Amino acid sequence: MSSASGGLAIEATGLVKRYGKTMALDGVDLAARPGAILALLGPNGAGKTTVVRILATLLRPDGGTARVGGFDVAKDPDKVRDLIGLTGQYTAVDEDLTGYENLVLIARLLDHSRAGARSHASELLDRFELTETARRPVKTYSGGMRRRLDLAAGLIGRPRVLFLDEPTTGLDPRSRGVVWRLIRGLAEEGTSVLLTTQYLDEADRLADDAVVIDHGRVVASGAPAELKATVGGQTLEVRPSLPDDLVAATIEAILAEECGTVPRRGGADGLVSAPLAGGMSGTAAVAAVARRLDAAAIPVSELGVRLASLDEAFLALTGPVSERVQ
Amino acid sequence: MSEIVLRRPARPVRVLRQGLTLAWRGLLKIRHSPDQLLDLSLMPVTFVVLFTFLFGNAVAGDWHSYLQFVLPGVAVQTLVFASMNTAVAFNADLRSGIFDRFRSLPVARSAPLIGRVLGDAVRNAISLAVVMAVGFALGFRAHGSPAAVLAACGLMLLFSLSVCWLGALIGLLGRSPESMGGIAFVVVVPLTFGSNVFVPTGKLPGWLQTWVKVNPVTQLSDAARALMQGLPVGHGVQNSLLWTLAIVVVFAPPAVFVYKRRV
Ligand SMILES: Nc1ncnc2c1ncn2[C@@H]1O[C@H](COP(=O)(O)OP(=O)(O)OP(=O)(O)O)[C@@H](O)[C@H]1O
Ligand SMILES: [Mg+2]
Repeated sequence: MSSASGGLAIEATGLVKRYGKTMALDGVDLAARPGAILALLGPNGAGKTTVVRILATLLRPDGGTARVGGFDVAKDPDKVRDLIGLTGQYTAVDEDLTGYENLVLIARLLDHSRAGARSHASELLDRFELTETARRPVKTYSGGMRRRLDLAAGLIGRPRVLFLDEPTTGLDPRSRGVVWRLIRGLAEEGTSVLLTTQYLDEADRLADDAVVIDHGRVVASGAPAELKATVGGQTLEVRPSLPDDLVAATIEAILAEECGTVPRRGGADGLVSAPLAGGMSGTAAVAAVARRLDAAAIPVSELGVRLASLDEAFLALTGPVSERVQ
Repeated sequence: MSEIVLRRPARPVRVLRQGLTLAWRGLLKIRHSPDQLLDLSLMPVTFVVLFTFLFGNAVAGDWHSYLQFVLPGVAVQTLVFASMNTAVAFNADLRSGIFDRFRSLPVARSAPLIGRVLGDAVRNAISLAVVMAVGFALGFRAHGSPAAVLAACGLMLLFSLSVCWLGALIGLLGRSPESMGGIAFVVVVPLTFGSNVFVPTGKLPGWLQTWVKVNPVTQLSDAARALMQGLPVGHGVQNSLLWTLAIVVVFAPPAVFVYKRRV
């Protein structure tokens, strides 16, 4: 990598992108070390795809700068394109061509010789376990097969920086395993990878670093394990005996104050839960909540703490769904 | 993965090679779906048969002698219509995910445009071959030399190549593949029906004649008719070539410009 950006594979500062009144990105900073896997996490509409498209030179930011491999994406897009591979969120292969032809096409566009393109294509098809369907038009592929072909196409030309927008969405557990192994393998060979995902779990298993964005802003960043730690890993749950809206709202208010995170209502039986903020003791929180509930004369049938799921940790970081739908 | 050593050829060579690679993509599609060949031949067959029998008796008294007059013009008309497919196909292409991939790669900005036009030229050649085959089957007789007939076909293909650039520009400017139909109609109908393809210029109303005489489709049809029937060509070939060049010069640069702005 060029030393122009202190050896970082990807470096973005203050990225802003507007779509009319929507602020798709509102000042996003991120940095990826060479040879490392950086996960960009966020719920639907957070701005993940927008970040990827800007970094892959497909979209111009309205503000901020971004460098990939030391080259400015706005000023030196051609240099950036020489370095990167992209597998976008939506399939970018030709439906009418076979899987093999699709890969040969891309390889030829990247100046491989005819023979070189052919062997490169076969090799990638093999890696992604697509050899059997290689000679069939892509329109006859299943969703997961298409996704794998798309990932293979992103690897042609051995990119030094790889962008993968939700690489495992729509894959079955087996294919997901194949893709995870491949991504790890690429990183070990020195490829820098930025992948987006909606699952903290995936980031946890795959990534060295993670950045969580919501509403176009970075809400947390660090090693995935640290992220889990910041949201405590424990969830406090209250089930009122007589659930109704007013009771639930009161409980939410109490939990918000005592747990330091955004509470969530779970279904018809009135369950309200909130992850405990980092470093908080479970017993102390239960005691505090019990006192407040007693003072408010709210009878409960269940009150306790349990280990939070990663999904809850993620929701705690990004806020409840109702807030996201504008 | 094995290490790949790439030698980058000079820029113009790369652009052309990438263009040819993308044209190859278009031809693969024809090979994979034979219904595309049907698409390519349906319009030419319909045009020849329809216009020969529809106008044959009305304009020339009998369809057989009308066929001798109308076929070269119908060939030109078919090509102009076919060139508008470029608009639709290019517009759809631009919206498809695969263009994002091209754009994220070190592929020359103009390569997809060149690939589109070159690929469509081959498709147009197929359509032209179908027109001529149907024409000969129905009893069209060329009195010109085979070389002159081939020259006429070459002239028409060259012209269709230039109109493809107009098609590409329309494809770039249009909002959706569905909206292409309307725009293409407005371009194609005055060009083909406002010409002497179906009715000799002299038999048309006076106000129309002014346009018909300058219309490139008229010039090209005249040249093609003269070449195929072995008649004196006059300035027909020269005028057609000039029109072809003019259309490229007028429409290719803005197409490239708009394309570069878009991506
Ligand atoms: N072309 C566009 N025109 C208008 N608004 C857009 C456009 N593209 C994205 N947006 C908006 O920008 C915001 C961020 O979108 P983006 O696609 O980056 O989200 P995402 O994090 O990738 O979401 P998902 O998980 O659903 O893929 C959203 O509010 C979206 O509606
Ligand atoms: Mg997205």
